Amino acid sequence: MSDHRRMPEDRRFDGQRRRILKLGLAASVAGLTGRLYAAPVGGPRLLVVFLRGGYDSTNLLVPYSSDFYYEARPNIAIAKPDPASNTGALALDADWALAPAVRETIGALYAKRQAAFIPFAGTDDLSRSHFETQDSIEMGQASGGAHNFRSGFLGRLSEALVGAGADASPIAFTDALPLAFEGTTTIPNLSLKNVGKPAFDERQARILSDMYAGHRLENAVSSGLELRHEVAKEIADEMTAADRHAITTKGFELEAQRMGILMRDKYRIGFIDVGGWDTHVGEGAAQGALAGNLTSLGKGLQAFSQSLGTDWSNTVVVVLSEFGRTFRENGSRGTDHGHGTVYWVLGGSINGGAILGAQQRVDRGSLFQDRDFPVLNDYRAVLGGLFRSMWSLRPAQSAHVFPQSNPSDIKLI
Amino acid sequence: MTRLAIGLAAGLILVGCTTTAKQTSTAPPLPHRDDLLWLQRVSFGLDTATIANYRRLGREGYIDSQLHPDARPPLPPAIETQIAALDVSHIDVAATLATVQAQRQAIKAMPDGADREQARKALNQQGEALAYQAARRDMLRAIYSPAQLQEEMTWFWLNHFSVYQGKANLRWLVGDYEERAIRPHVFGRFKDLVMATLEHPAMLEYLDNKQNAVGHVNENYARELMELHTLGVDGGYSQEDVQNLARILTGVGVATGAQPRLKPAMLRLYRHDGAFVFNPARHDFGTKVLLGETIPGAGFDEVDAAITRIVGRPACARFISRKLALYFVADNPPPPLVERMAQTFMHTDGDIAAVLRTLFLSKEFAAAAGEKFKDPMRFVVSSVRFAYDGRPISNTRPIINWLRSLGEASYGRQTPDGYPLTEVDWASSGQLSRRFEIARSIGAGNAGLFDAEDGDAATAAGFPQLANRLYYEAVEPFLAARTKDALNRATSQQEWNTFLLASPEFAYE
Repeated sequence: MSDHRRMPEDRRFDGQRRRILKLGLAASVAGLTGRLYAAPVGGPRLLVVFLRGGYDSTNLLVPYSSDFYYEARPNIAIAKPDPASNTGALALDADWALAPAVRETIGALYAKRQAAFIPFAGTDDLSRSHFETQDSIEMGQASGGAHNFRSGFLGRLSEALVGAGADASPIAFTDALPLAFEGTTTIPNLSLKNVGKPAFDERQARILSDMYAGHRLENAVSSGLELRHEVAKEIADEMTAADRHAITTKGFELEAQRMGILMRDKYRIGFIDVGGWDTHVGEGAAQGALAGNLTSLGKGLQAFSQSLGTDWSNTVVVVLSEFGRTFRENGSRGTDHGHGTVYWVLGGSINGGAILGAQQRVDRGSLFQDRDFPVLNDYRAVLGGLFRSMWSLRPAQSAHVFPQSNPSDIKLI
Repeated sequence: MTRLAIGLAAGLILVGCTTTAKQTSTAPPLPHRDDLLWLQRVSFGLDTATIANYRRLGREGYIDSQLHPDARPPLPPAIETQIAALDVSHIDVAATLATVQAQRQAIKAMPDGADREQARKALNQQGEALAYQAARRDMLRAIYSPAQLQEEMTWFWLNHFSVYQGKANLRWLVGDYEERAIRPHVFGRFKDLVMATLEHPAMLEYLDNKQNAVGHVNENYARELMELHTLGVDGGYSQEDVQNLARILTGVGVATGAQPRLKPAMLRLYRHDGAFVFNPARHDFGTKVLLGETIPGAGFDEVDAAITRIVGRPACARFISRKLALYFVADNPPPPLVERMAQTFMHTDGDIAAVLRTLFLSKEFAAAAGEKFKDPMRFVVSSVRFAYDGRPISNTRPIINWLRSLGEASYGRQTPDGYPLTEVDWASSGQLSRRFEIARSIGAGNAGLFDAEDGDAATAAGFPQLANRLYYEAVEPFLAARTKDALNRATSQQEWNTFLLASPEFAYE
């Protein structure tokens, strides 16, 4: 078979390959670490967490060896890690430290080699607009030239996997379907903030679905009604079982725990977005607005990993945001829209405990336009490389997900 | 089944009556389908009074009356009374802000402990109550005002110049923002609308311009003012323009107490109106270049010059015209229509009423009938208008909660882009099933719309009779076979109501 075929032909993927499709590099990873993915049954899982608003990555992954960092942020810098303290910033290596807010959660995963960070990550979009940059990331198409505004990279990833006979089972844990998931198929969405009893019994659901037969919303109507039933049952079963463990989580932690349950049992590709990162004013340092958001995020992702149980070992979480923020603090003890940011990758079997991708020294001279972190790791190349490794994507499939992009292998898996 | 039969029978009798009335009176003829489809898109949905107005005035007469509404469009007396009783209808925003700031400081000075917590909580509840009242007033007007287009445009512009009640002191401000910055200008000159939002503390707090000062520049508002409010992200401005507009906006902020002590030369440039303040001591008086034009340091006059320059650009006329067409016409508005609207905008110095007239009387608007998916506000308000047809509700809380659960809460958009306006943003599988649940709440009539507002005893109960004259006149003749089939399978009037409100015909306008 040629690897140069285009997408529609991928749907004719031969049966042999379909049966052996499994998480890429399983053999080599197993060889190195003795860990094995649960392949081919089920295959890998992916959760994409989008931090909307452009989170201040410089106060998450702190470049503490840079004097310029402390000079540029007189009021909001995070203090250098103190080896004697177990509450301050956590030194990850000689240059980078992790924010105290996620020390107990993401820091613990990092220590187990289940978390990695990619600084200097982002896009070539220079609008510094939240909305344009979020859209362009979710579309995942080459900059310049015509765009298909109704096609997102996770939608295309699902198409490529389904076309290859693999299990994509996508779901968005959001009230609205994100642009990242748009494409040629109807992808279900449901926020798990509040999960109640479904409003309609089976007869009523059937009548509602029939009313939309042949309508362009037909699939969305029927899959929405089905999903409500399915999720109510799944979560109710789990909560009955969990009552014995007296789980008292709430907020994002509870939501993430439910996401973990659903992804463990039914879904392979998930998406969630978290807002509240646009810290123009009073963002705080070790404590404060940003730290509060990071704490909640860290606890949620920890809960997600735990509720997956043994399936955490074949799950990957990617945390990204539209851009980083200005390296210098602004006049209101906050930060404005910047450029390069830090992506997180978490997973039970990833090559974690490392700062990955192209990097450079952090000082005044290396700032982009004398204001922001530069982008050295293009998000399409990084994610393309990750997906290629996870699902053994062939070049034509990779090109379907991220057209005109070369997947880069930054040794995530 | 019995109830359904009764409902249908009553409806048939009504149809009979209508026919008789038509033969014996001089009332204008029933509107055609085209008229109904046109009318429901120039309103938050059909009710009997709206159809009667249209019959009386005809299409052009109707649109002109809608574009030039009375100063105080008449509401049902029961609704008028409810609105008049709200605190939000009477407060002075500058005084309120000053009180809130004083209370915050007092709380700060209290010793840690239960009393302080109590005081903090009480203050927050006060703010939330006020924001809720603002949402309630807005909703009552949307449902009952005969000036329906004014209500739709108030929603549209409030969404365009979106603010979020959850930030800072916005809870105390959103009602006044809607009432004084948005509502008076919805059919006026676009520049006046921009200036009214720019001079309102809600916007200045929300987009951080109250922190924007010489030497401490905060570019948040400057960027969104061009990207979201006027030019659009591709509107031909640069990062330098953002920075320079931010400098122009330095010193534009919110009054924080007594007037600052200023030298006479500065004092002449000081401006103050309610809670809005321009403090020249915080302004950057250097020369700026904005969109290729040099703007010398002059104080607040720079802001006026900058906004004039921005709203005079063809990019602004096109951006605003396209967004209006997106809201009223189609998810992909026909470019020739947008261009004609933009020409009207440019020839009339941004006269919004003129631009809307171009839109509503266009052939493109007529041709797009029945194709626009209702966003949650349109869905919920049109459902209530249709279900209760002018009958005054007493409890607005369920409606406000429905909008929240559908993802379109009043003053609830956290980001400054406002709620999206296209089908794909509101018609995902999860949103549709949620919408059907709301349809059920309305159809079953057990949501408590006729309870007392504080949740006490119900003053009336029962489900609405959707199979009414309005239904037989304006809806039933145009239903698809599948929808009729679903309605026939209903086993109760409540279920019948639910299916009708959940039908494809009701999802689009």
